[in-house]
Amino acid sequence: MKALCWHGKYDVRVENVPDPKILNPRDAIIKITSTCICGSDLHLYDGYIPTMQAGDILGHEFMGEVVEAGADVKNLKKGDRVVVPFTISCGNCFYCKRQLYSLCDNSNPKAWIAEKMYGYTTAGLFGYSHMTGGYAGGQAQYARVPYADVGPFKVPDGIPDEKVVFLTDIFPTGYMAAENCNIQHGDTVAVWGCGPVGQFAIRSAKMLGAERVIAIDRVPERLEMAGQGGAITLNMDDENIFEKLKELTGGRGPDSVIDAVGMEAHGADLDAWYDKAKAAMFLATDRPSALRQAINCCRKGGTVSIPGVYGGFLDKIPFGAAFNKGLTFKMGQTHVQKYLPELMRRVQNGDIDPSFVITHKMPLIEAPHGYEIFQKKQDRCIKIVLKPW
Amino acid sequence: MTTLARQGTELAGGQERSAPAFGREAADEGQQVNVGTKERWISGVGGGLVALAGLKRGGLGGLGMLLLGGALVHRGVTGYCHGYEALGINTAEPAEPEDYFTRGIHVEQSMTINKSPEELYGFWHNFENLPRFMYYLESVKVLDGKKSNWTVKGPAGMSVSWDAEIINDEPNRLIAWRSLEGATVDNAGSIRFVPTPDRGTEVRVVIDYIPPAGKLGAGVAWMFGRGASSEIKEDLRRFKALMETGEVPTTEGQPRCE
Repeated sequence: MKALCWHGKYDVRVENVPDPKILNPRDAIIKITSTCICGSDLHLYDGYIPTMQAGDILGHEFMGEVVEAGADVKNLKKGDRVVVPFTISCGNCFYCKRQLYSLCDNSNPKAWIAEKMYGYTTAGLFGYSHMTGGYAGGQAQYARVPYADVGPFKVPDGIPDEKVVFLTDIFPTGYMAAENCNIQHGDTVAVWGCGPVGQFAIRSAKMLGAERVIAIDRVPERLEMAGQGGAITLNMDDENIFEKLKELTGGRGPDSVIDAVGMEAHGADLDAWYDKAKAAMFLATDRPSALRQAINCCRKGGTVSIPGVYGGFLDKIPFGAAFNKGLTFKMGQTHVQKYLPELMRRVQNGDIDPSFVITHKMPLIEAPHGYEIFQKKQDRCIKIVLKPW
Repeated sequence: MTTLARQGTELAGGQERSAPAFGREAADEGQQVNVGTKERWISGVGGGLVALAGLKRGGLGGLGMLLLGGALVHRGVTGYCHGYEALGINTAEPAEPEDYFTRGIHVEQSMTINKSPEELYGFWHNFENLPRFMYYLESVKVLDGKKSNWTVKGPAGMSVSWDAEIINDEPNRLIAWRSLEGATVDNAGSIRFVPTPDRGTEVRVVIDYIPPAGKLGAGVAWMFGRGASSEIKEDLRRFKALMETGEVPTTEGQPRCE
C-alpha cells in the first residue's frame, strides 16, 4: 500500500510499504477513506520530536471502512464506517475506566521510552514517534487499529467524511480545551492560535455558553475564519494584546484563556527572540511565548486551558503572576473517546458543520507538498484533507 | 539477603542439599566439587567423544581437541571446574542463604494491576503461564506440588535449565521460591499480592540473584542487577497488560518503510 513516511527534518515521502495485518485479537484493519495533516505533525516535520526513526509512517487523523476485525472484536464488522481516535486506549485500566483515555497504562508497547522522558507512560498514539509506541500512522491507504472495541466510532449513514473526519482529533481537542475552561454564564474566553484546533476551541466555547470569544493570531485568513465562528479577532502584530484584552473586558481580563499554539510559538516580542536563541543553543526545548502571554492576560482566579502540545522544558514562565493571581491550569492530550458520542450528536443535529475548516483537499501522493504549504502557511492553507484512493 | 528470602528458607527447614557421594572430595586437595551431577556426566562423556575425535583427526587441531576432551573428562570425574571457580559458579549445590546476602543482587519491583488478588495469584501460581509475559523464559514445567523446571534462552541460541521449589505459599497473598542444585545462577524470590482501595492489587516482586561474577568483580554484578531490574519491570508491565486487557500491546510486524 501507499503510505507517507518520515525520513528526517522537512523530509516526508509517499512510498510503497506492506499492508498492515491483525497482530492481536482486539485489532481491526481499516481501509482509509480520508486522512488529515495535523498541526502537531508539523513538530515531527520540523524535527522537534525525539525518538523518530527514518521509515516511520505518520498520520493520526483518519477514518474509513472496517475490512477485517480481530477475533475479540465483537462490536465491529466488515463494511462498518468508523472514525478512529488518535489516542489508542485499552478501555480496562485505571485511567481508561475514568475516561482519561490519553493516559492509558497499557497501550504503549515502548512504555520504557516514555518513562525515561516523563517518569510515567501515556497512551500510545498513531504515527507520533517511538515515545508513544511507534505505531504506524494513518496517512496511508490502510491502518491497523489496536483495541478496536474501544476506539473506532461508527458514523451514521448519510454523513460525508468531511463532516466527521475531524472527530478523530481536532474537534474533540478544541472542545476539551473549552470544557476545561469551566465556562460560566457571562464569561469571556480568549484563544491564542487560530489554527484548526483554535478554530474548534472558539466554536466549542460558544457552544458551551461563552458570552464572548476573543481570538488572537497574526495570519489574516485564520483571523477571518475565527471571525466567521463568532470571535472578536485581535492581530498580535497590530495590538498590545494585554491592554486590548483588559479594555474589552472593562479592566477585568478574560475569565479563561486557551493556549492553542503550543511549543513552536512564532511570537514577535523580545521573549520570542529569547526562546529561539535558547533553543538554538540547546538550552531550552520549547518556545512558549503564547503561554506566557495567556498567563499574564488571564483574570485573577481564572483558568488557563492548554491543548497546545508541549514536549520538554519551558523557561521564564511568569509563575509568580500565576501563583499570586490564583490561576487554575488544565492541560493534556485529548481524551477523544470520551467526547465522541456528544460531538457526533452535535454534527448530526446540525449544531456545527466541521468541514468549514478545510481549505485544501489533495490525493495522498501530494502529501509532501501539503506538508510544505501547511508549514509555511502558504496559499491561505489552514487544514488539508488527504484522499488515499 | 532479604528478610523474606531468609524467612522462606528458614520455613523450608534451611536444608542443605548435598551432591551424590562419589567425587565429593575432588582429586586435588582444597578443591571443592562445584559441578552438578548431570553436568559432570555430560562433561565426562562429551569430553571422551571430543578426545577420540581429536585422536582420529591428528595434527595440531587434533591435539587441541585431545587436550580439550581430556580437560572435560577430568572435570567430569573430579567434579571441579577451574572456570566455574573463577566465576564463582557452583552447580553442585543450591546457594546458602548467606551467599545471597554476601554475593547476591537484590531486585524489587512493584506494579498496580486493576484485578483482584485472587485472579492474579491464580494466574501466576500456574508457573506454565509465566513465559507468556516473561520473555526471557522459554518454558516452565510444573513437576509436582512444589517443584518446577525452568528453561531460559541463553546466549548463542542455547537453553539453560534448572529446577526450583516453592518454599512459601499463602493463597491469594504470597508465593516464594528458590532454585535448587544445578542452577548456573542461583535465584530466590517472592511475589506478594496486596489489595488496594479502588485500584486493584499492588503486585510486589522481590528477586535475589547470585550473578556469575565471583572474582571478576562488582562491575559485572552491577550491570547484571541493573539489567535484571529493568527486565522484571517489563515482565510486570506485560503481566499487567495481559491481565487487564487480555493481550500484550505490540507493533512487531506492522508496516514501515525500509
